[in-house]
Amino acid sequence: MSWRVGTVTTLRDETPTARTLVLQVSDWPGHAAGQHVDVRLTAADGYSATRSYSIASAADGERVEITVERLPDGEVSPYLTREAAVGDPLELLGPLGGWFVWRPGQPEPVQLVAGGSGLVPLMAMVRARERSGSGAPMRLLYSVRDPTAVLYRDELRRRAQQDRGLEVAYAYTRAAPEGWSRRPGRVDGLLLAEATWAPDRAPTCYVCGPTGFVEAVADLLLAAGHDPGRIRTERFGPTGGPR
Amino acid sequence: MGIISRGFTGRRRTSPDLPPGQYLTEDFPVLSAGPTPRVPTDRWEFTITTETGQVYRWDWSAFRALPAQEVTVDLHCVTRWSKLGTSWEGVSLDTLFADVETAAEYALAHSYGGYTTNLPVEDLLDGKAWVAYTYDGEDLAPEHGGPARLLVPRLYLWKSAKWVRGITLSHDDEPGFWETAGYHNYGDPWREQRYWDG
Repeated sequence: MSWRVGTVTTLRDETPTARTLVLQVSDWPGHAAGQHVDVRLTAADGYSATRSYSIASAADGERVEITVERLPDGEVSPYLTREAAVGDPLELLGPLGGWFVWRPGQPEPVQLVAGGSGLVPLMAMVRARERSGSGAPMRLLYSVRDPTAVLYRDELRRRAQQDRGLEVAYAYTRAAPEGWSRRPGRVDGLLLAEATWAPDRAPTCYVCGPTGFVEAVADLLLAAGHDPGRIRTERFGPTGGPR
Repeated sequence: MGIISRGFTGRRRTSPDLPPGQYLTEDFPVLSAGPTPRVPTDRWEFTITTETGQVYRWDWSAFRALPAQEVTVDLHCVTRWSKLGTSWEGVSLDTLFADVETAAEYALAHSYGGYTTNLPVEDLLDGKAWVAYTYDGEDLAPEHGGPARLLVPRLYLWKSAKWVRGITLSHDDEPGFWETAGYHNYGDPWREQRYWDG
């Protein structure tokens, strides 16, 4: 596997702290929904820094989209979300990861559970499902701090109405939209029972977010009776574990 | 050298102990493919199974009665973070292998929860690997692989199987979980062996 060069063709601000970079990558081999790429930045004196970013887009020729959340103490994310401009070349390696993926041939129901910017690889699955014409029923439970932090807000709203067999539910942890029925708070067993597939539907579950979120949700899914072999997790974040 | 990223300078927290392509972290990120198994120590056991099918078995109290070592090692995760100078307590694989009769070259570690990872037997012996049960002076937390995990700091951290329950020895090399999902069969951080064909 070798490094490729992509060209930034479009920048799209998703929230005040998250930006999507649309890249044109010559000879891109395609990818599965859920995979990621390593992005490498190189300074003029040769110093380089590399980080992994989930691919947000469904496979679409030479077009690859990543959505980057700016981390306050980040080294690469501030550059990608502030400095990178249309026309810039970006080096990337990938696609990477062969486990946290959804493939259109999977017939079973799909349960996606996203925490914050953990939505990104799950959004690739939502997009790939529609693009492939898959009939797999898919539910997304998206835990997010408040309405201003929602990624892909308009697209999610549109897809929830238009993509047949897709259902989207939100859990606001700090502040909910006006008139929202549930008090702000973390995903709990009650919400999980309301908004996700029951274990007897034997869904494959994809859980992505910060470590604490993923640990909590995976434990709730186990407690609800889901088969541990059907729960796939992807944890990320600068402050993954206990310090 | 790569293509220059216009205007990029970087943070440059580097160290001679940092393998290529890694960055330093003070945190201890968690990466695992599924839910965290909870294994009570009264139901825990560790086995070594040789190529002839002979099984060596330790329950928790027998395992903890073995001589332990305190080690300070650097951790390098294939997702590019490295954490230097981490402190562990565990039993050396040399101790566990002391009475094991084997001529096998390959080992497959397997874990509670179904995870597997493969490595050459020689990378387990001669002070290179431990079954560790404390981290930073505390019992090893479940999300970091407790009650006990394999610790093979010379290789990328996915080789240090969390929730380890046994090692199977063989003359044949059998790729484990990540090794069949695109990651390198050996995983030497200093040679940047991250990906299977890379």
